[in-house]
Amino acid sequence: MPIAESEVAWVEETKLGLWEQLYIPALIDGLKTTLGHMISRKVTEQYPEQEPTMPLNYRGVHRLNRDAAGRVKCVACYMCATACPAHCIDIVAAPAPAEWQKDGREKYPETFVIDELRCIYCGMCEEACPVDAIELTTLYDLTGFSREQMVFDKEKLLSVFDTTTKAGTDPVRTQAGRLSVASEAPPGEPRP
Amino acid sequence: MPTFDLTITAIVIVGLIGGILGVCGYLTLGERKISAWMQDRIGPNRVGPGGLLQPLADGGKFFLKEEVIPDHVDKVFYLLAPAVAVGTALLALAVVPFGATTPPPDPVAMATPNAMATFEAQQKAYGESFNFVLAPGLDIGVLYLFALGSLAVYGVILAGWSANNKYSLLGSLRSSAQIVSYEIPLGMSVLGVFIIVGSLNPEKIIAWQAGAGAASDPVLSHIGLGSAWWFVLFQPLALLLFLASTYAEDSRLPFDLPEAEQELVGGYHTEYSSLKLGLMLLTEYIHLVASSFMVAVLFLGGWSLFGLESVSSDPIVAAVLKLLILCGKMVGLCVFAQLVRWTIPRFRFDQLMNLAWKVMIPLALLNLVAVIFVKQFGWSLLVLSGVNVLLFVGAGMLGARTRGTVTNPKRAVKKMPPGLPAGVTYAGR
Repeated sequence: MPIAESEVAWVEETKLGLWEQLYIPALIDGLKTTLGHMISRKVTEQYPEQEPTMPLNYRGVHRLNRDAAGRVKCVACYMCATACPAHCIDIVAAPAPAEWQKDGREKYPETFVIDELRCIYCGMCEEACPVDAIELTTLYDLTGFSREQMVFDKEKLLSVFDTTTKAGTDPVRTQAGRLSVASEAPPGEPRP
Repeated sequence: MPTFDLTITAIVIVGLIGGILGVCGYLTLGERKISAWMQDRIGPNRVGPGGLLQPLADGGKFFLKEEVIPDHVDKVFYLLAPAVAVGTALLALAVVPFGATTPPPDPVAMATPNAMATFEAQQKAYGESFNFVLAPGLDIGVLYLFALGSLAVYGVILAGWSANNKYSLLGSLRSSAQIVSYEIPLGMSVLGVFIIVGSLNPEKIIAWQAGAGAASDPVLSHIGLGSAWWFVLFQPLALLLFLASTYAEDSRLPFDLPEAEQELVGGYHTEYSSLKLGLMLLTEYIHLVASSFMVAVLFLGGWSLFGLESVSSDPIVAAVLKLLILCGKMVGLCVFAQLVRWTIPRFRFDQLMNLAWKVMIPLALLNLVAVIFVKQFGWSLLVLSGVNVLLFVGAGMLGARTRGTVTNPKRAVKKMPPGLPAGVTYAGR
């Protein structure tokens, strides 16, 4: 549909005076700008040596959180697998062990596999999880030598939790099924 | 005549070509570094200390890339084009002085006493002097350079046409139109220099600026200053026109329409790969180096630098000093071109043509007329400096006065431009 004529604002071409027509002053102005940038502080991060600090709401590699007793928090409710638009989460549920049942846990994931190559890192699994068991961490350098290596099973996902909480880079950012403040950088404040 | 020795000449040729190609390699690094710095980045710094070996890595990459010759190209011309481009660019270096030079002696009038003996002595002294030029004493000097400069367009046209690709063809068409247009101000702007010096020989032009010229001027000879009377003082406008034309000839920004990647994929070298592409890209840097040398020689005094060149009486030290001074000027001009590249955005094609035909050629012509008047009536060259400034400001004022806007042009137009809505006035006067 063409734009209505009433919505078109016609802007006059800027009238150039003698100073602009001489062109050299403008060139000198431009050179001042570019030369100023030449000596200004550089913004490059030398990546392999200098690692960037990622914002806390960065969506990188997944992890499976542990509860206070060190057990997997996941209750195998399949909500993340259902929410996943890329169908990369595969869960096999099993009845929870007898001592877990005392805490009201009925099911637990016998296997919990995420294909990190299929994942699109949208974070919908994290939002769907009712018990804050799956989270995306700020690990961004996910690499592997084969496709098989990139399929993360339960142990691997739990070890991601162990390493990231030990390093202190990723505090648990979902609480009571809601994304905590840590998941979104507060507006107007520098990244932590 | 300077003595011609095949071995020495061959060594100088190899050394010069090697040196120029090395300079070109490091110009690519400089280009990348400068563009990075201007964009607040660091630039290539991984290969060697501070990235200094980056050109080697780039060259090695060009060597190792797969050489693709598409089926649809005209093979003969496709293979010929990079050779023509590089060949003409390198040939142009034959007359470019890159260090200390001695101008050939002027002819001796037969009427003078001992004419033959004087002539013999002068020729002997000249024959013993060493010139940092491949072809010293060439009287057509700069003409040769212009001839080869206009030959360079053949490489581009052959490349674009033989590639049988519309983008390549568009690029080469733009390039040929641009180079043909800018040849005129390029040649015309320096005509004044030749008229003042009375020679096309670059060595004589340097010698004029190093002191020989000022001595014969009615005013300058009283002021003194010795070797600092460079042509940039008398012909600043010509320098400006010449510099802009060389950027256009080398298709450097802001005149890089032949290889506007955003519009033409790659320009005339779209279909080239591997070393042929490398040669095509190298050609532009060779042109840049050669034209920077020429600007330094024609306008910036060649190897002279406020007496610094004659600090030492030892001929070897003096030769090295002159070499360093001239090469330093060349590198400075190349770096300036790279600064300009990231400062001025690309011209539109009509602006490009307007600049050449409506601004630069008339200005060069007027400058030439002024030079002829000064030469004819024996006025001081300082008149020319004033005339140049007047011409420059006058052109600016003319531009500012006559320049209207699209919707409010200064001159009456017969036909309304299409697409103007009813409410917009189109007030031609």
